[in-house]
Amino acid sequence: MRWITPGGLLRGGGVFGLLAAFPFVERTDWIVNIGVFTLMYAGLATAWNLFSGYTGYISLGQAAFFGIGAYATGITFEHISIGSGYRPFYALPLIGLAVGLVSVPVAWVALRTRAMTFAIVTLMLLFIVQQLAFNLRSITHGSQGVAVPQPTFASNFDRPYYLAMLSVLALAMLICWYVRRSKLGLMLLGIRDDEEKARGLGVRVTGAKLIAWALSVGLTAMIGGIWGYYLFSIYPESAVDPLVMIGAVLMAFLGGKGTLWGPMIGAFVLVPAQQWALTSYGATRLYLIAYAGVFVLVLLLLPRGIVPSLADLVSRRRFRATDRPDVRPTVERVAS
Amino acid sequence: MSSAALLTAEGLTKRFGGVVAVEDCTFSVPTGTITALVGPNGSGKTTVFNLLTGYLRADAGTVAFAGRRIRRPDPIRLYRAGLTRTFQQARIFPDLTLVENLVVAIQQPWRTIVCRAIGRDDRSRAFELLEEFGLVQLAEARAGSLSYGQKKLLEFATVLMAEPQLVLLDEPTAGVNPVMVAAIETRIRELNARGLTFLVVEHNMNLVMRLCDPVIVLDHGTKLAEGRPADVRNDARVLDAYLGA
Ligand SMILES: Nc1ncnc2c1ncn2[C@@H]1O[C@H](COP(=O)(O)OP(=O)(O)O)[C@@H](O)[C@H]1O
Ligand SMILES: [Mg+2]
Repeated sequence: MRWITPGGLLRGGGVFGLLAAFPFVERTDWIVNIGVFTLMYAGLATAWNLFSGYTGYISLGQAAFFGIGAYATGITFEHISIGSGYRPFYALPLIGLAVGLVSVPVAWVALRTRAMTFAIVTLMLLFIVQQLAFNLRSITHGSQGVAVPQPTFASNFDRPYYLAMLSVLALAMLICWYVRRSKLGLMLLGIRDDEEKARGLGVRVTGAKLIAWALSVGLTAMIGGIWGYYLFSIYPESAVDPLVMIGAVLMAFLGGKGTLWGPMIGAFVLVPAQQWALTSYGATRLYLIAYAGVFVLVLLLLPRGIVPSLADLVSRRRFRATDRPDVRPTVERVAS
Repeated sequence: MSSAALLTAEGLTKRFGGVVAVEDCTFSVPTGTITALVGPNGSGKTTVFNLLTGYLRADAGTVAFAGRRIRRPDPIRLYRAGLTRTFQQARIFPDLTLVENLVVAIQQPWRTIVCRAIGRDDRSRAFELLEEFGLVQLAEARAGSLSYGQKKLLEFATVLMAEPQLVLLDEPTAGVNPVMVAAIETRIRELNARGLTFLVVEHNMNLVMRLCDPVIVLDHGTKLAEGRPADVRNDARVLDAYLGA
């Protein structure tokens, strides 16, 4: 597999070029605001995919690290000046690195379980972190929340946040793309197919899973940091929100977990739809029913998600005429 | 040289609840041989493999490989030391291509994880083996699309990637068509001639008699007999075990 193909470069450059241009062309605040949340979920789903999509371990706990990233940013800038307003953005890589590293021992324990148990253990982690946010009042101010200083960006207030979200999404996509083409990616896909067998072939499964986990968590924490700064106030119930988790996982399933573009596409379909419903029907939690509906539909109609199904369709067309044996390239290859 | 044991098991015991799958089993695999491990269904052969390779923890007994006692057999470490195995139900990575299946099995130092998945050397080594196993025209196919016999061949090829010293094969010819059985036999002979040692669980007695020496017979998890194929075949206890006395 070559590192860079002209098609891939064109696709990546084109999509991210258009996304970067968007807030300069479209300046309506509420639309850019939807853009910020779309990119946020795209980033969360992509980061989730980096661990869960590639290893097959379904984590329901990444939102805990979203919250930790938000709190880390908020608490840091309670004490440090935000300067002209951009300083919190520059601090993000450090926050991602720190949260990623700190989460490794937690993952080391959680990864002693498999499948359903792992999903539930990580879900517990989410609720534990939420409880900590409520109860460690001296640090988090409990249910009062952390107030983050507000910047005074001259005009187009949402644009810096949009571009920050876009940068983290680009970073997440770049890491996913790189991992998929590296030996680490091969190890992870081997683990997903048959972890016991991989162990029997000398693959250092624990190390590989921990690296993917740390990368995924670090990206998630950075996104949480931007989110906290965007909203100014960080509360336990909104920073560590199971619904954020469910949203991100659903988008990855819809687009195609384990593919490069799938999670991002899932977010680009669902988030604007949800925001549109929100503005049309008011701020109800009806969208949860819609989420459930989408989930059922995905499981019934597109069990592997949009990207693999489309890729399958394309390759079936291409190979129908020939009577070669089944030498179709793997779905991932076509899709990534 | 050939009389030295590459692998020895002493007093291996494994119980599953009330079932004693392996009981006080002692045997050795001499260096350079194709040793057979035979016995009726349920006699504990696969369990012995799982104990030797660290997939199961023994209740009692010790294992030594290449002159070293292995305190806690662990699949990853044993593989890196040169001991590898196949599974009775061929286990491959169905979503990966054949080449990828083989490349996963190359021993990698940590610093190479950032290198590209399949380097040039990896690819040529993989193709070399695929050629030997007659799978080269399927190199880029999904392994999941192979026939059962092809999967067995692929798994066999995979465990050779890291150039092991000892290969444990669990029923390599079960469910495989006669042409492929012949191919597998040829592979084993060639590799053995190049110095590779085998421990083979096999039900095809004609094949065992042609290929293996010594032959170890298990029954109810205990060693019943051991020796040259002709001697084992004529052993009254072995005949009893197989014919059900
Ligand atoms: N994981 C397990 N749990 C419970 N019993 C098992 C397990 N594995 C094997 N056994 C039992 O141990 C005995 C030996 O099985 P096995 O080693 O598979 O025999 P063989 O490979 O010689 O056919 C059988 O009675 C089998 O039912
Ligand atoms: Mg068996």
